Amino acid sequence: MLWFANPANFLWLANRLIPWLAGLSAAVLAVGLYLAFFVAPADYQQGETVRIMFIHVPAAWLSMFCYGLMAVAALGTLVWRHPLADAAQQAAAPIGAAFTFICLVTGSLWGKPMWGTWWVWDARLTSVLVLFIIYLGLIALWRTIEEPALAGRAAAILTLVGCVNLPIIKFSVDWWNTLHQPASVFRLGGPTIYSSMLWPLLTMALGATLLFLTLHLMATRNEILRRRLRRLSILAVQDGRAVPGAEGARP
Amino acid sequence: MSDHTAYIAAAYGLTVIVVLGMIAAIVIDRRRIERALARFPSRGSETDQRS
Repeated sequence: MLWFANPANFLWLANRLIPWLAGLSAAVLAVGLYLAFFVAPADYQQGETVRIMFIHVPAAWLSMFCYGLMAVAALGTLVWRHPLADAAQQAAAPIGAAFTFICLVTGSLWGKPMWGTWWVWDARLTSVLVLFIIYLGLIALWRTIEEPALAGRAAAILTLVGCVNLPIIKFSVDWWNTLHQPASVFRLGGPTIYSSMLWPLLTMALGATLLFLTLHLMATRNEILRRRLRRLSILAVQDGRAVPGAEGARP
Repeated sequence: MSDHTAYIAAAYGLTVIVVLGMIAAIVIDRRRIERALARFPSRGSETDQRS
């Protein structure tokens, strides 16, 4: 694990893992889409609209998984001051925001024909919207503070504070009377979904998770390289040389 | 399929656009950084070096 935490070793491993992970995620997603459209039956109440769930649920799962991963990375930044932890956290934020956006919009596209409305301010929907705003706030924070180490620490603190929202999202449907249905996959008594729909859903969730891991590895690799470029640019300035390629050295 | 085909198509279409957008943004970012790093001939191309 410590070997992997070295940025140079991480780059070496990432360069070898990414093509395999990308291929595997494409294959699993292809199988998942086949199962979702040609094997899973239409729901007896929702009809064909239930097929939106095969992307909405994995996106919702990833929006929270990504934030959990960022919280672990935030601890790595604050406790061990590890540069890879900060790079991993910064790389994850836009991907997490994108999956949260997919979750919100696909939920809205499902809600209109099923609930008769695009949006309601119920606890589940509102807490996921808050998660999306936290992601945007974190991205803005990294872009606003010029000193990367300071930005990393500030973002890590905000990430850990925002963690309080995760149990609120998960248990909002139990704590409050919401329009959103209660948990039907990850629950103590086991899934309540019939297996003909559960397996396509789990396959899509696995494919989406593999896609997330691929994108996160790629984005973390970019962050490490961007920091290397920044270091080289600073060294060039200190040596009194011109800075080649400074346009890529975003703080 | 059903009366709700437009909602299903919109949900999947938007997801494809966002995911492809993410992939494109990351790949373009990588190429931009690699180009900038390549201008530092002595140390810039060490993107695959292990310690």
